[in-house]
Amino acid sequence: MNETLSPIKPPSGWEYHSTEKLALRGGRLFDPSAELDEQTDLIIEKGVILSIGAIPDGWNGEVVDVSGCLVCPGFFDMHVHFREPGFEHKETIRTGCTAAAVGGFTGVAPMPNTNPAIDNPGMVRFQQEQALGLPVDLFPIAAITTGRKGATLTEIGELRDVGVKVFSDDGSPLVSSEMMRHALEYTRMFNLVISEHCEDMSLTKGGVMHEGSVATRLGLPGMPSIGEEIPVERNIQLAEFTGGRLHIAHISTAKSLDLIRRAKDRGINITAEVTPHHLTLDCSLLEGYNADYKVNPPLRTVEDVEALIEGLADGTIDAIATDHAPHAPDEKEVEFISAPFGMIGLETAVGVVHTRLVSTGKLSLSRMVAAFSTAPRAIMGLHEVNLKVGQAANITLFNPDEKWMVDREQMLSKAKNTPFHGWKLTGRTRGVVNRGMAWIRK
Amino acid sequence: MNQVRFNHLLGLEGLSQEAITEILDSAEVFLEVLKRPIPSVPSLRGVTVANLFFEPSTRTKISFELAEKRVSADVANFAASGSSMTKGETMLDTARNIEAMKVDVVVIRHFAQGAPHFLAERINASVINAGDGSHEHPTQGLLDLLTLRHQVGQLDGLKVLILGDIAHSRVARSDIWGLKTMGAEVKLCGPATLIPRDVDLMGVDVTFDIVEGLSWCDVVIVLRLQMERQREGLIPSMREYLRTFGLTRLRLEQAGGEKIIMHPGPMNRGVEIDSDVADGPGSVILRQVTHGVAVRMAVLYLISGGERGIE
Ligand SMILES: [Zn+2]
Repeated sequence: MNETLSPIKPPSGWEYHSTEKLALRGGRLFDPSAELDEQTDLIIEKGVILSIGAIPDGWNGEVVDVSGCLVCPGFFDMHVHFREPGFEHKETIRTGCTAAAVGGFTGVAPMPNTNPAIDNPGMVRFQQEQALGLPVDLFPIAAITTGRKGATLTEIGELRDVGVKVFSDDGSPLVSSEMMRHALEYTRMFNLVISEHCEDMSLTKGGVMHEGSVATRLGLPGMPSIGEEIPVERNIQLAEFTGGRLHIAHISTAKSLDLIRRAKDRGINITAEVTPHHLTLDCSLLEGYNADYKVNPPLRTVEDVEALIEGLADGTIDAIATDHAPHAPDEKEVEFISAPFGMIGLETAVGVVHTRLVSTGKLSLSRMVAAFSTAPRAIMGLHEVNLKVGQAANITLFNPDEKWMVDREQMLSKAKNTPFHGWKLTGRTRGVVNRGMAWIRK
Repeated sequence: MNQVRFNHLLGLEGLSQEAITEILDSAEVFLEVLKRPIPSVPSLRGVTVANLFFEPSTRTKISFELAEKRVSADVANFAASGSSMTKGETMLDTARNIEAMKVDVVVIRHFAQGAPHFLAERINASVINAGDGSHEHPTQGLLDLLTLRHQVGQLDGLKVLILGDIAHSRVARSDIWGLKTMGAEVKLCGPATLIPRDVDLMGVDVTFDIVEGLSWCDVVIVLRLQMERQREGLIPSMREYLRTFGLTRLRLEQAGGEKIIMHPGPMNRGVEIDSDVADGPGSVILRQVTHGVAVRMAVLYLISGGERGIE
């Protein structure tokens, strides 16, 4: 891709640095995939990692002090919604990518449920162009079926040629088992991935939250766990039968996890992701009818949350993805049943996971970094990103000790629909390096 | 007289026994007021009450309006319609308008669960929930408690069967919380498709055998069955519903004797309840209506501070 646009300035409070000659001094280089954990300096020249080790005397490039920070392979979010084209009042690719960078992500994969849907090469190129000049790689996910209508396959081969790696009708799960079979068979020819939002709409229709005692008390129509688990199992069976590459998006129940664990034990080539909110929030939070907690899949029970954390820790769940779903304030601030599903997550994901899972000893730091960086890239079939000399510098800087409070008014996303407003977090992104530029918080 | 502070009445869940008792005791006084030749008191003179009905509900609306007049409040009626899903005013607009009009008390009926909570968080006025979707209908719950207290004197240990479409019923939820708090035992009976999941965690039992339920209880609260449940595939037919869960004279006899019969109205005679039961000796259905006015007077009185006294 040609970098035709000049670099875009980072938001206020952040500094732009060229990576022509840039040294990151005093950080803790942390790359589980390269078995690297060492406090030292890292020098970048012309966007490539030139050396790892103390900055030599007489080196004349720019030096940024990053002591106290982890220097990690760039984080990647394989499930975001950027709303452009069609719903630019909620988020644009530019605002979404800015939120991603500030949150520590050097790459994102937006879902194709825009208007019109991303179902042809022209639409893919349009989205790619909107991200130029930013330190964030954009890998559009294209629709499995034309218009996301579930009827005919998109031109998957041609979409592959413009860089699409993953296909999904996210939000409109494939109703027809036959269509899912064909999608898995067809993408398999090109080693491409189907990312499926597993939901049996006949079981969840009308539902607005997890079905169970809380929904019963609130009088709200429920979305039962089996509404997810039945299609998870169906799709696993189809992946086994076809040999296709299935990725299961945003799993939310203990039983979904169990089905995935058993499938992996049988050697079926599937992967799975989980969101930060399903790892930290449960359905009892809906008691005040606050629509910021309304999300699909819904927040489940405490037992589900605990199972998902375990599944992430033991590797059954491969990756963390935010399902960043922006909505305008006046769309969310309505009666609960009328509010749209979704919450934003790019700017809080890393801090929330670090605070609630790593600081508490439930998840190792290396699992967290892998689930945020190498795992999603591997699932998507992207080039590997690591901290090795000679590699393009694609880096996330993260200060694990910095304490901060989430403030929705300070967010760079156009939307403010976060359930984490007011949370006190430990661990915050300090900067990102990618595409020949660095954005580093002052 | 009043010790408990009422800012809002959003539901009976979480309301203490003392608070409920205080409302019921006040309602007793207002029941006496209603028997006078001029059945009104100046308790809420100078207080402005707005009735916000987003859903047509003739009887609850009339009951509230009557209660408001009997306590001498200034009343403003909003025939609200629509939601954020359709064109028109959003709940947020509504909240801002009410705030600008300096209303003291808002009575809200809405098809969306949690709509009164939404308002209560955003306005200074006190909010009374007059029914929010399938969540709660606290004044109905209170009038049921008042009616039962009148009939039997003591709610503690009373056995109450709630019969019908529990899943979609705001009355059921308010009755369950109110009855449980006052020490009654509650059992639910209805088609499995209309009993919500994990409802036993509200401290109630469930039976699918109506005769068993009737044999056990002292009181039956019959819920209205909406015709759309058949269309939604939740029950096979109205005919089968009457046959399996309808309250008939024969069933009452099989269960061995008279029960107190209640229904929040409006009734579907011949569907969930037969006319000879609805109009029969155990029925207190019309008394519920009278008690509704007194209970709503009491709630209005207590929520607006109760400073002026009832007389
Ligand atoms: Zn989804």
